[in-house]
Amino acid sequence: MGIKGTVEVDEGLRQVPGTDVYLTTLDKLFNWARTGSLWPVTFGLACCAIEMMAAGASHNDLDRFGIIFRASPRQSDVLIVAGTVTKKMAPIVRRVFDQMPEPRYVIAMGSCACSGGVFKTYSTAQGCDEFLPVDVYVPGCPPRPEALLEGIIKLQQKIRREHGRWGAFR
Amino acid sequence: MGEDMLAVEKLKEAFGGDIIQVTECAGQVAVIVRRDRIVDILRFLHDDGELLFDHLADLTAVDWSGKKTPRFEVVYNLFSIRYKRYLRIKAQVPEEDPRIDSVTCIWKTANWLERECYDMFGIIFEGHPDLRRLIMPEDWQGHPLRKDYPLFLEEDQEWPVYQEVKKKARELAVYDWYPMLLEKEKAEEAAQAEAEAQEAGHGTNA
Repeated sequence: MGIKGTVEVDEGLRQVPGTDVYLTTLDKLFNWARTGSLWPVTFGLACCAIEMMAAGASHNDLDRFGIIFRASPRQSDVLIVAGTVTKKMAPIVRRVFDQMPEPRYVIAMGSCACSGGVFKTYSTAQGCDEFLPVDVYVPGCPPRPEALLEGIIKLQQKIRREHGRWGAFR
Repeated sequence: MGEDMLAVEKLKEAFGGDIIQVTECAGQVAVIVRRDRIVDILRFLHDDGELLFDHLADLTAVDWSGKKTPRFEVVYNLFSIRYKRYLRIKAQVPEEDPRIDSVTCIWKTANWLERECYDMFGIIFEGHPDLRRLIMPEDWQGHPLRKDYPLFLEEDQEWPVYQEVKKKARELAVYDWYPMLLEKEKAEEAAQAEAEAQEAGHGTNA
């Protein structure tokens, strides 16, 4: 298998020996680039946002995954829905998501964002998946920073399995 | 204790006929007064040199639906910064005429507290400069902290704006890379169809 004269240095990555020329698929290249620079929107809703900030601070340090909080949804890749989504807030959360360019991902962080949590009440959205396409659910009330890291790693694994998510977007 | 009662004594002296009841619980004194004199009484407590209740710590209401009449009780928690004393004043408000005079002329902070109280209980504060909803959206129906308000709204009572958001999200889901909302909807439809089929099956069996 493989192109004549090349050596497989990693799964799906071949090198022309003695040169800096590597061969791989576009899928793999794009997914590799995306997993290494997931920029979330700087957007928090409740107490989970505090834990999200803790995950971004020096001890857990999201920067080492290439995750830098971006202050504009138009330059972001991930929306971390961190906290209770009230019905009054739902149109605004949706608007933030609508402004994000493809490819875009959503992480529902915490019980409230996953399912409404303890708030089965008149004012709370019963999970942000009622109006957002959620990729990863991180349960917990609030989830520890480690749990959020796990969720982000799960999202990276999901991105690595994508096919053909490049070119002109619909 | 004696110092706490000073305000009550002075109130009794100045507004004897307007005081309905004086209660004490866990060392906290509460005075129930007539609602049509509320502004005069609170003005007196605010201005009197020996009392100086210059801080309105909280203003809220209680819905005693089915337990007491009149149904509502507006509660004023006062604090004197000079003398470090607390006092609770209550005014009863009936359900059929939920009105009471605004105290924004005494404490500016009453503005938002009264707006919140109006939002949650539907009590109208006469003379308030801008009585709009504070917490719930402006086009919300009903007053959520009333005891007869449902805890959870079913789909047909849902706030129209939120219904619109959900509808738009489902419409836009065709543009998503993974159309999860559509898949979820399809799964729900399939589950419902299955449940209906099962029900129909039971019907024929019976």
